[in-house]
Amino acid sequence: MVPTPSQTVGPFFGFAMPFAGDAEAVPPGTPGALRIEGQVFDGSGAAVPDAILEVFEGEQFARCRTDEEGAFHFTVRRPAAVTDGEGIHAPHLNLLVFARGLLRQLATRIYLPADPDALARDAFLAHVEQPRRHTLIARETAAGLHFDVHLQGPDETVFVAI
Amino acid sequence: MSELEFEPPYLYPDYRSTELRSPRRQLVKLPDHWFHESRGPAFGRIAVKPEDSDLTKQHRGEPLGERIIVSGRVLDGDGRPVRRTLVEVWQANAAGRYLDPVDNHPAPLDPNFTGAGRCLTDDEGRYRFVTVKPGAYPWKNHANAWRPAHIHFSVFGPWLSSRLVTQMYFPGDPLIPLDPILNSIPDQRGRDLLMSRLDLETTVPEWALGFRWDIVLRGRDATPAEG
Repeated sequence: MVPTPSQTVGPFFGFAMPFAGDAEAVPPGTPGALRIEGQVFDGSGAAVPDAILEVFEGEQFARCRTDEEGAFHFTVRRPAAVTDGEGIHAPHLNLLVFARGLLRQLATRIYLPADPDALARDAFLAHVEQPRRHTLIARETAAGLHFDVHLQGPDETVFVAI
Repeated sequence: MSELEFEPPYLYPDYRSTELRSPRRQLVKLPDHWFHESRGPAFGRIAVKPEDSDLTKQHRGEPLGERIIVSGRVLDGDGRPVRRTLVEVWQANAAGRYLDPVDNHPAPLDPNFTGAGRCLTDDEGRYRFVTVKPGAYPWKNHANAWRPAHIHFSVFGPWLSSRLVTQMYFPGDPLIPLDPILNSIPDQRGRDLLMSRLDLETTVPEWALGFRWDIVLRGRDATPAEG
């Protein structure tokens, strides 16, 4: 059967999709919890204030809409590396991006920066050309991790065909 | 026949906001099974109460508008029911106005209508919402642009590739041929998949019109027979 086509989430999801505690896969302050913050930018470098992002990994799921500055944040339990039939996957979260102006969602991964050796051997990153891999790796900050999403432009985030 | 003719492209200049928001670099192509067999989001933290599927009973009074029942099944690529998966809906009220603070269309809000609902599919993959028919509304994509009446749907399914956000339309709406968002889907057969149909079987006489719309999620297509 032919899959039902996608359509944009539109600009008016903010009264419907957010839910209580949506950005916190684990309560803030949970031992081992990790905070990830970032912003979404369009091809002109402008913030995207009407996007909604979902991260998930195992049983963890969180959702966050961007604010006027295009900013989002998540609190998750720190993911671990996993090995499957494809090889090693360095610690990461899956990320989906929905927005006005996106007729289909975008899919990618947010990698933790801590283990360069695991990143170098990662089975997913092996499909990504070297000069663009940095777009998938969060950076450490005092607050936790920082990960920006560039929908377009010189630092366009690597997205996966879905 | 490529499935992609049924999906909108990321860049569709007639829908103006795709111009700065569509990725321009090559998307990374992974082996099919990666996304088709990777598990999707676990949505269990989103609370679903039985009353969430009746959008006409979320306030003290009844909302204005044509009362309708929207129902159908969520299926996988093999036509099997997707059981116990989350379906979220949101829509404008009968006057074409969303409760969302971002919406500044000068049409009235309805104090008896929020316009958001949720339900889980049952063991046959069925969902059902009671609501009112949403109105058309203007948007600033181009001069005199109006969106046809539609209900937004968000469906999870079991796989990463089955996650779907889309819009359901109503049959015979004269705005449909003029809508760049729907017409971003290249093939008419793809656009037809977003059309609900009037259904007397699910219509409740003297009370509400029934509209039927089935949803097919990606992933787990038929595996070729062995041998």
